[in-house]
Amino acid sequence: MIAHLTRSERQGAILISVLVALFGLTLGLLGRNDPLGIHGALVFICAVAVVFRIGHDYYAPEPPDDRLAHYYDDPTKAGVVLAMIWAVIGFAVGDWAAWQLVYPDLTFGEGWSSFGRIRPVHTTAVIFGFGGNGLIATSFYVLQRTSRARLPDQLSPWFVLLGYNLFCVLAVTGYMMGITQSKEYAEPEWYVDLWLVVVRVVYFLIYLRTLARRKEPHIYVANWYYMAFILVVAMLHIVNNLAVPISFGSAKSYSLFSGVQDAMTEWWYGHNAVAFLLTAGFLGMMYYFLPMRAGRPIFSYRMSIISFWGITFFYMWAGSHHLHYTALPQWVQTLGMTFSLMLLIPSWASAGNALMTLNGAWHKVRDDATLRFMMVAAVFYGLTTFEGSFMAIRSVNSLSHYTDWTIGHVHAGALGWVAMITFGSIYSLVPWLWKRDGMYSARLVEAHFWCALAGTVVYVFAMWNSGIIQGLMWRTYNESGTLAYSFLDSLIAMRPYYIARATGGLLFLIGGCIGAYNLWKTIAVGKPAVAVPGDAPAPRPGGLAAQPAE
Amino acid sequence: MSLFGLHYRLERRAIGFVLAIIAVASIGGLVEIAPLFTIHQTVEDAPDMRLYTPLELAGRNIYIREGCYACHSQMIRTLRDEVDRYGPYSLAVESKYDHPMLWGSKRTGPDLARIGEKYSDEWHVKHLNNPRDVVPVSIMPTYGWLLRTELRTDDLSLHLRAQRTVGVPYTDDMIENAARDAYGQANPDSPQAESVGRRYGKETTLRAFDGRPTMLTEMDALVAYLQVLGRLTMAAQKPLADLGGRR
Repeated sequence: MIAHLTRSERQGAILISVLVALFGLTLGLLGRNDPLGIHGALVFICAVAVVFRIGHDYYAPEPPDDRLAHYYDDPTKAGVVLAMIWAVIGFAVGDWAAWQLVYPDLTFGEGWSSFGRIRPVHTTAVIFGFGGNGLIATSFYVLQRTSRARLPDQLSPWFVLLGYNLFCVLAVTGYMMGITQSKEYAEPEWYVDLWLVVVRVVYFLIYLRTLARRKEPHIYVANWYYMAFILVVAMLHIVNNLAVPISFGSAKSYSLFSGVQDAMTEWWYGHNAVAFLLTAGFLGMMYYFLPMRAGRPIFSYRMSIISFWGITFFYMWAGSHHLHYTALPQWVQTLGMTFSLMLLIPSWASAGNALMTLNGAWHKVRDDATLRFMMVAAVFYGLTTFEGSFMAIRSVNSLSHYTDWTIGHVHAGALGWVAMITFGSIYSLVPWLWKRDGMYSARLVEAHFWCALAGTVVYVFAMWNSGIIQGLMWRTYNESGTLAYSFLDSLIAMRPYYIARATGGLLFLIGGCIGAYNLWKTIAVGKPAVAVPGDAPAPRPGGLAAQPAE
Repeated sequence: MSLFGLHYRLERRAIGFVLAIIAVASIGGLVEIAPLFTIHQTVEDAPDMRLYTPLELAGRNIYIREGCYACHSQMIRTLRDEVDRYGPYSLAVESKYDHPMLWGSKRTGPDLARIGEKYSDEWHVKHLNNPRDVVPVSIMPTYGWLLRTELRTDDLSLHLRAQRTVGVPYTDDMIENAARDAYGQANPDSPQAESVGRRYGKETTLRAFDGRPTMLTEMDALVAYLQVLGRLTMAAQKPLADLGGRR
């Protein structure tokens, strides 16, 4: 892959790696009496390894000039592989954490492996590792095809991809060492947060620079969503992570906000990380790969406009539904509930648009597990957004909040929607990227599909049951007017559902492993295809036509 | 010009589209978050509110480090069953000095907002060492190493200083003596103990939390923190009419 870089790009890569190594060295020296020092050393080692890797191929011949006539897909290939690696890690740690709730001694008495530390490892590995790499990889691919323009250079995409994965590695290793801000889904500490800002700015500039050179007059819908994902998550990230480190030699910082303001900021961030990473980003994926795989144009251009702006506007108000009946002023709670209900309209417009696109291609859904992944994803997206609006109603939330119902809801979205649309997109993309006739084994894709679907259903049903039972037990009074159940009674009642949940998770993990194996075999031994669509900017992409007839 | 016609033109301009996304996405946060800093009634007045001692703050950081917030909330909602189970519902002022807040989002274990002084130190030490020794059906992890690990105190002054930067009113005297006060609070017979109450108020609890006064461990810090939860102010125990803020 380094052979595809020009000499000056190789020099640039070495220069950036040396700067990163110096940054790591500085952190390591400043934080030598602190876990920060270990992270400094880790950054230093990673950067030096990159320097050596480039140096190894530095004198390889420069790429021919005809490379500019083709799209640049090397970072996308690496991103797909990284996404699958993070998927397997994230699912495995998640299932391990699930079994810890059945057998608490599975921590082996160690600190790094206890539930409180590996839970954020699981959430970060799946959301940012699997989801984030999937989004970066597919966004580079989709951006080039829908703009009919090559990426602006060959260096900055690599900086974004590798820099982002450095962020993920620092985050998960930090949690196991006890470095955390404790803000859910924003756990990494100040220096990791600053690094992520740099990566995101470069990512966004790649988008603008490519769009500036586009040969399509209109910006395609998928890119609206990818841009909203990059921009808004950066905005949320910066505000929610404002903090003062105790010194530049320590990983520890204190957040600028406290108490009720901090809670509102955290859930404004938390809910919109869901909205703009796990929803908007993956809708971008869906708007490209679903019509391409189905060979049908998007059902309605106008519905995509309504749902895009509806999601961008309404979601930002909805975070306060995480704080019903708390010390947050009631007017904010009421606003959050109201906008959560209104959110159902753009959400179902998106889900409906996806499903209607399949009209005329339902026989393909029956025969093709890849397309079926995407169809099921759209169904789960519709179900989860309905459930989310429902749970945001204050009186429903009084039962569901603090219980496993929330966990079930999140996983209906994360497993059913995010993971399924990603797997569907990856199975579409991999044969195009590596110029194969198809995946190594269509039957393994089929097996993965059924493992994933069964795992999701078992998981979600288990958590619905446990969540509602918990909520009801906590609020049940006996005839004498006192609480009928102790907290421990409810804990004992959870055990069978925790076993079921961990089993569902295991099925999903097995599916992920099958997918990773199939990916590896496709790359290693798959047969080269005769013709691959969309390699060069010549023709308009076939299935896409979500722009108005001019 | 219809709205869709307008959009037809907007989606041909990258910068215009980006500015539109930023504008549309900013409104919700501005309306919901900014007023929380300006409307006085958002946080009640509690003149008796005291600060975390250095030892309690160190304990709070261990609570954060171990991810306790993933399974325990610190926010009692305004619902009858929660008040009956856990005590008076939580007020905003009670987490006024919590950077960050630890309200939590999940109760795999019970709420801890008012756990302070409900159980003895000895019970907490046993429970943290191995929860199943005192609660056979518990699914909580064991935290045995807390009892063996000495508490790091050399950077406590830095912690208090950073807390002051974000708005917690620690005095120079408190910042300077942070490590000394941490030691004194867990060793009530030591010479360092006498000034702790003077600096942090007579309500401060001075005890050998882990049962061993001579060694200052992470267990001391965590138990000191758990024992102060819900006890920084008595505002929540008073009738609402007495509070300056929200009704």
